[in-house]
Amino acid sequence: MSVNLKPGQGPLDYARRPWIIALFAAVLLFLYAPIASLIVFSFNVDKSGVWHGFTFMNYVKAWHNEQIFYALSNSLTIALISTFFSTILGAMTALTLWRFKFPFKNAYEGFVALPIVVPEICMGISLSMFFSYTGMMGAVRDWVWPLNLINIIFAHIAFSFPFVAVVVRSRLVGFNRQLEEASKDLGATELQTFMNVLVPFMAPALVASALLAFTLSLDDFVITLFTSGPGSVTFPVKIYGMVKRGVDMQINAASTVLIVITLAATLIAMKMQAPEKSGH
Amino acid sequence: MTEPIISIRNVSKRFAGGVTAVDNVSIDIEQNEFFALLGPSGCGKTTLLRMISGLETPTEGQIIIGGQDMAFTPPNLRPTNMVFQSYAVFPHMTVEQNVGYGLKVTGVAADETKRRVVEALEMVKLSHLAARKPDQMSGGQRQRVALARALVKRPKVLLLDEPLSALDAKLRDDMRMELTRLQETVGITFIIVTHDQDEALSMASRIAVMDKGAVAQIATPAELYEHPSNKFVADFIGKVNLLDASVISQKGKTVTCNTKMVGKFAIDTDKTCGSTATIAIRPEKLKLSTAEPKGASLVKTKAMVRDVAYYGDTSHVIADVGGHDLEINVQNDSRTGGSGVERGQKLWVSFNPHDALVLTE
Amino acid sequence: MILDDWKDYKRVFLTLATPGSLWMLLFFIIPMAFLFVLSFSSKAIVDGETSTTAYDYFNTVSNYVAAGGESYLVLLWRAIWTGTIATAICLALAYPLAMAVCFAPSKLRPLLLLLLILPFWINLLIRTYAMYSIFRTTGVVNQTLGIVGLGPYEMLNNSPAVIMGLVYVYLPFMVLPLYSTIEKLDRSFLEASLDLGATQATTFWRVTWPLTLPGVITGIILVFIPCLGTFLTSDILGGPNNWNIGNAIQNQFLEANNWPFGAALSFILMYATFVALIVRALFARRSRGVDA
Repeated sequence: MSVNLKPGQGPLDYARRPWIIALFAAVLLFLYAPIASLIVFSFNVDKSGVWHGFTFMNYVKAWHNEQIFYALSNSLTIALISTFFSTILGAMTALTLWRFKFPFKNAYEGFVALPIVVPEICMGISLSMFFSYTGMMGAVRDWVWPLNLINIIFAHIAFSFPFVAVVVRSRLVGFNRQLEEASKDLGATELQTFMNVLVPFMAPALVASALLAFTLSLDDFVITLFTSGPGSVTFPVKIYGMVKRGVDMQINAASTVLIVITLAATLIAMKMQAPEKSGH
Repeated sequence: MTEPIISIRNVSKRFAGGVTAVDNVSIDIEQNEFFALLGPSGCGKTTLLRMISGLETPTEGQIIIGGQDMAFTPPNLRPTNMVFQSYAVFPHMTVEQNVGYGLKVTGVAADETKRRVVEALEMVKLSHLAARKPDQMSGGQRQRVALARALVKRPKVLLLDEPLSALDAKLRDDMRMELTRLQETVGITFIIVTHDQDEALSMASRIAVMDKGAVAQIATPAELYEHPSNKFVADFIGKVNLLDASVISQKGKTVTCNTKMVGKFAIDTDKTCGSTATIAIRPEKLKLSTAEPKGASLVKTKAMVRDVAYYGDTSHVIADVGGHDLEINVQNDSRTGGSGVERGQKLWVSFNPHDALVLTE
Repeated sequence: MILDDWKDYKRVFLTLATPGSLWMLLFFIIPMAFLFVLSFSSKAIVDGETSTTAYDYFNTVSNYVAAGGESYLVLLWRAIWTGTIATAICLALAYPLAMAVCFAPSKLRPLLLLLLILPFWINLLIRTYAMYSIFRTTGVVNQTLGIVGLGPYEMLNNSPAVIMGLVYVYLPFMVLPLYSTIEKLDRSFLEASLDLGATQATTFWRVTWPLTLPGVITGIILVFIPCLGTFLTSDILGGPNNWNIGNAIQNQFLEANNWPFGAALSFILMYATFVALIVRALFARRSRGVDA
């Protein structure tokens, strides 16, 4: 591997090595080809694997498909509500961990991280059983929309606020407490200092983690599968039902819609985070 | 005359985005020299050092090490070794493992490696810390590990990137002496990069002063101080007063010039002057007096003292002459405890043209 | 940074700490505890028949005994080894990719990273379905092969398909922590190694790898654990012959309606997860290097 270097290249310019470039291209192909194919075939006339013609028919069908529509609106509603609460909960948890020392703090940190680490299926099942046992599962069937989604919302908040806590906490680590001290020195109260100094600093992380929570909720399948009932089906769960029955281009169309929404939210989040972090 | 150990010929380095870090530099470095690349940040000295070590490659030019053009040879095949600015001591290895690393990975037998490591650690006085891990050591100790690690390889040239910058004042002096002693004992060529002129002047046998990617002057420390060849070097090394002058006439070596600050006078120089020139005079060569100084050849003018800064053995005086400042170094009188110069005083400033220099660029 | 002692700011502390803690208690701890109890329970006998809704709580270990039965251990084992292979492939692919991004010109870096991470944001189900639809016997890949007269091949319904699906879904999870760790690595360590005479390969094994180990471990955990509990990928791409423990849990719970048994299986899965985490913690304590 000690081949002579090329003019202008250093020995650590790994990104220019041909085999790395080839690997990168191959992986990108592997990652995006299935998705691209899915999107392309959503415009296909029929569901065979062969291209037979361009049409928007699948989108029209999906749009008029009441169940799909209902499922999508459920997903969006759940995502919005759970994002709101998990951002607040996560921010408060992050502040607690950042600012205070208290007994069993290390254990508490691990404790709050559990939802991130425990397999989704275990969490989904335990919540489902819990809701059944407490009668919540049965009760919400009769509640008016959107209250019948409340089980799912509770579950989504539970698994997404730890993510918010992690993101906000890592932002807080970079905060210079002397700014707080300066604020108090100039006469501000704790609350004023919090609102005028700390919150603006946290803002990019709050936005980014809110979008993270939104995406996690919108995309969630496993936990939602177990906590939803027949009247509270979400978009991914609906798609799963359709997949079990075989390939259907309406699935492609519906998936493409979800992809577009998700990517838009993600790209906005990245733009907002860009000046603060370096890629993570 | 022996061959220079390193010959840098017409080396340029351009980065993407149009930045020229090194511009057509040619330097010959002799064997067993203690050579310094000196200049402000961004002048290209570090880039040049990295090209010698192989961590960067030039866009143009040749880098001849020990008679071979190694401009595009990978760093692990060159007879050079570098002590990095951050020391780069491997945190996951002990001192012993660090120092032995370069021998181990090039296939040196285990017992010889052990022997040479022990020798190297003795040389930098770290034998007692052989089993320590770097995070339990001070910065100065880690630097010595980095030194031992490089020297154990017996390179033809040792490269050091800002070796004293991270150390506090006392350690700096100790390390300066240590490096000079090491270079003489080990008998190999050292090349250091630094932005600190005190470091370069006190350690190097020859210095290349760099500015904006090009070499401004290569000379011994004394030569650079007493006979800077251009304004940049004159200003960068030590303090200097630079007076704009218009050339009235030049007869052979004697130039008659006129300056706004100190009037007309004649001065000797080897240079050929155009219509303008710069007169350079060091602050310690200017004299202050209350009475007009006598001496036909002296250049003199009246000035008003603007500021006096006390530095123990000397005081730095800033005097205003017609809107421009002159800097004068005055020896302090231990009996009166000061320079005797006060703000607001009107005094005579004078110098002998022999002590001044003509600069044409 | 100096931390405030909670006792000095009791009200603020309690205000900030309570909501999250309460939520965790109510929607994580209690459900889990409930699941735990259920795993030791059995269906109650009401009027001589096995009830579907009532349970005798905490009275038996029969669920665990059944879970330990051969057919289920096979499923657990399948989850472990497909997870291991998928994780290993992810690591082998993600490491050079992360290196490429870290050492690329700084202007390209965000773009390259984004390209690798973006698929992560697309729904797991959709991605798995996409894989399914192009590799099925009437899918694009087989159609293309058909043009040159090959196939059609049954590419799905086997374990390589499941592994491929897992790699496809979880690769970005490995790239991110690796990127984060490699990015923080001081380049001069690599330069020093090269300068001292090591080749690129030696530099990688002796310097880069040990110093990035914490990030590697994080990545392994982030990929392996979801792989253990996967049921979607194995269901859609592997079919019933390739079911693993995740499928079994889902099955017991949604179809067979045997909740106590499903609970026991869930806990076995969780214990496997915790073992993986403990291994990680032990490893992290022993290796020094760049913090992940």
